[in-house]
Amino acid sequence: MHRALSCLAAGILMMTPALTAPAAAQNAIPASQASRIERVVSPGGIEAWLVRQTHLPVLAVSFAFRGGSAQDLPGREGTANLMAALLDEGAGDLDSEAFNGRLQDRAIEVSFSASRDLFSGSLRTLTEHRAEALDLLRLALTRPRFDTAPLERMRQSVLASVRRASTNAGSIASDNFWATAFPGHPYGRRGAGTLDSVTAITAADLSALHRRLLARDHLKVAVVGDITAGELAPLLDMVFGSLPAKSELTPVPEAVIAGTGERRVIPLDVPQATISFGLPGLKRDDPDFIPAFVLNHILGGGGFSSRLYQEVREKRGLAYSVSSGLAAFDAAGLVTGGTSTRNDRAAESLAVITAELKRLGAEGPTELELEQAKRYLIGSWALRFETSTQIASNLIRLQLDDLQPDYLDRRNGLIEAVSLDDVRRVARRLFGDPKMLVVVVGKPEGM
Amino acid sequence: MPMTRRMFTTVLSALAAPALLPPAAVAAVPVERAYRHVLANGLEVVAIPDHRVPVVTHMLWYKVGSADEEPGKSGLAHFLEHLLFKGTTRNPAPVFSRAISAAGGQENAFTSYDYTGYFQRIAREQLPVMMDFEADRMTGLVLTDAVVLPERDVVLEERRQRIDNEPGARLGERMQARLWGETHPYGIPIIGFEHEIRQLNLDDAMAFYRRHYAPNNAILVVAGDVTADTVFRLAAETYGRMDANPRIADRTRPPAIGRATRERVRLADQRVRQPSLTHTHVVPSYRSARPGEAEALEVLSQVIGSSPNGAMYKTLVSDRQLAVSAGCFYAGSALGEGRFGIHAAPRPGVSIEALEAAMFEVAARVADAGVRDDEIARAKTRLIAESVYSQDSQASMARMYGAALTSGASMEDLQQWVERIRAVSREQINAMAPRAFDFSRAVTGELARAERS
Repeated sequence: MHRALSCLAAGILMMTPALTAPAAAQNAIPASQASRIERVVSPGGIEAWLVRQTHLPVLAVSFAFRGGSAQDLPGREGTANLMAALLDEGAGDLDSEAFNGRLQDRAIEVSFSASRDLFSGSLRTLTEHRAEALDLLRLALTRPRFDTAPLERMRQSVLASVRRASTNAGSIASDNFWATAFPGHPYGRRGAGTLDSVTAITAADLSALHRRLLARDHLKVAVVGDITAGELAPLLDMVFGSLPAKSELTPVPEAVIAGTGERRVIPLDVPQATISFGLPGLKRDDPDFIPAFVLNHILGGGGFSSRLYQEVREKRGLAYSVSSGLAAFDAAGLVTGGTSTRNDRAAESLAVITAELKRLGAEGPTELELEQAKRYLIGSWALRFETSTQIASNLIRLQLDDLQPDYLDRRNGLIEAVSLDDVRRVARRLFGDPKMLVVVVGKPEGM
Repeated sequence: MPMTRRMFTTVLSALAAPALLPPAAVAAVPVERAYRHVLANGLEVVAIPDHRVPVVTHMLWYKVGSADEEPGKSGLAHFLEHLLFKGTTRNPAPVFSRAISAAGGQENAFTSYDYTGYFQRIAREQLPVMMDFEADRMTGLVLTDAVVLPERDVVLEERRQRIDNEPGARLGERMQARLWGETHPYGIPIIGFEHEIRQLNLDDAMAFYRRHYAPNNAILVVAGDVTADTVFRLAAETYGRMDANPRIADRTRPPAIGRATRERVRLADQRVRQPSLTHTHVVPSYRSARPGEAEALEVLSQVIGSSPNGAMYKTLVSDRQLAVSAGCFYAGSALGEGRFGIHAAPRPGVSIEALEAAMFEVAARVADAGVRDDEIARAKTRLIAESVYSQDSQASMARMYGAALTSGASMEDLQQWVERIRAVSREQINAMAPRAFDFSRAVTGELARAERS
């Protein structure tokens, strides 16, 4: 968010927009690095995956707990999101100002975030300040204060973003899409909450959620930087050891996207219509996930080659951005996508997208498309983990997907093994009779 | 934001407090190795070796941006950037993109006021091929209306998506025009005005291309798993084939229009649910500043506006509870002058007038009292640490060097930035404070909710 804003503020236009979050299978580090992963287990039983790097005096730590905004209580939507904003706003004996002062004295960066299924965070510090940084992280994770003043301040900040989103075409499209796709289900709610729910959240709500989510049983940790396994092991206990052993997660019911076949048009006085679409997909543990991942690359994945990019943008000039992706949650799997397109040709854009899904479902990709997609996905392996922070978050993803470090060596083989029959089968399964939920925000003509 | 080393570093959202005086926290700051070589045809080549992963970032920067367009042709530099993906005589589309994709590489391009850049991130073995393609694209572009016209529609959609659909972006466009002047190159949007984009055509694009795309108007930056010698040799074998364009001249930017009083730009839209207020004025950039001035502005904006304990946030958000957000910024990298400003967004029930008065009280206090040693030390720690963090990404390094060098910086400017930040004194900083925080001739931008008519 900040990065995107600062890019725009600095006045830089990119040829293609940043794509939506890639699917889970994209996250990993190349085989050449696999042997460098050390599984470190602390005396207290906390496991971390470590990649030792000594080229820069920087230490990066990533961690995640299962259970994110889907764990928010009804009427208190936005609790996990607000908790993420408050963990570094005072902890232990340090109030907000003192805590932030300690971070800034050493240029230590900490951040926390909540998604539907996860509460995650990261730390970055110069190696020489590692002890101070990890101690502050310990305080933030285990002894957050949720003091009244920072709570009100962060509440106001979240409310401002909720107000801003309330008239933003993309946010309206997204909110309506998820609310229609998952009525009455945690996935149908806004992660940031609503004006009413955010206003209702109390410090007791935050403490209760903190107690339920932040525990050792679903904790994943990854560390990249200049530290040995021997040095790291006791530090893991120091940071995470005093968290409760067990979380208290409410099971999230399995769900399938609802509203397929529906088209919702939400009027908004803007010169461009925003379209969100989705249909049933698959979860990460589905045997067809890898073929589906390759298939999605062909349909609307990254680069300039996808069918949607070619048909919607390149040939017809209908949009600047158009893409699709696999949304694989813990309790649901979807194929989602979207575009922003001129109002007077929004119907045409949607027709082109629909036609491409149908064509892919009926005929599958060509042999050449499959080969090109495989070459791209295999070759791009090495690019996905350049920085310490990227490596750390990728190692977290592997752990969350219940994969072992050897997946790094196996992964390209799995892509290579995808056959034309595989992608055609999955294309029929996903797009054989594509009934999409479509949400359009704007003043689209003819819809 | 060239010149400064802070270009693509993230903004930290949580920092600060008057506590202990921080020691010189970063005693030994590693500085990346970077090497420069100029080919006979004038192409500047910069190599930044980084051997952690077998990947390179190959970026070609042209010293031309939207500020180099002719009147009435706004958006042309950016439009041409899009058209450079349409193929050449030797490599018709999509040969280049296919080659990148087949190796698992990424590509993109970008345009700003002062520069245009093209890049690939790809396995190191592909570097010679990428150089060959990119050199070919420097002069070999072939365009037809069949590809130009749909791409113009794409750019119009990009404009709608980025600007027309976003009240805040529309206000930003108007503020730039008022700040610099309606006809000043920085007062005209990079993406162009809609009515002018609509008129751009194939001939405009080719004329702009022939005039500005040449080896002696470009800087090649390669970061990653390759030695400097290899980069220079490969560049000579590929880009070295191109002829220099003798008509390439040095670029200058005119000064901003003068202004005797503060001026207000107000944008009211029914869709605005969170108002905001920004005051901005023209200050020296790293390039136009006298020694120490830009560094002083950098430290000032860091002290006052980049953390929850900075005066803007602490006073307006934490203590007086008038705002939901507040901060300060210095945009110091440009071929011309830079910008300095403060911004805030009011809490519900707080009038814009009350917020504005409070913002000016903070500004007056800083202008008057300056900043303290402990605040300065903390800000420097932060700025210097960022320069270490940024070395973690070869793509960030390539961007930083390219943006700075196309805006008139030298290699020494970049490599000595940390030392210059360290060296800037409290006296220099506080001498700059009254100028930085004098908004009496600023442009004020107000984003407001329109009443229903």
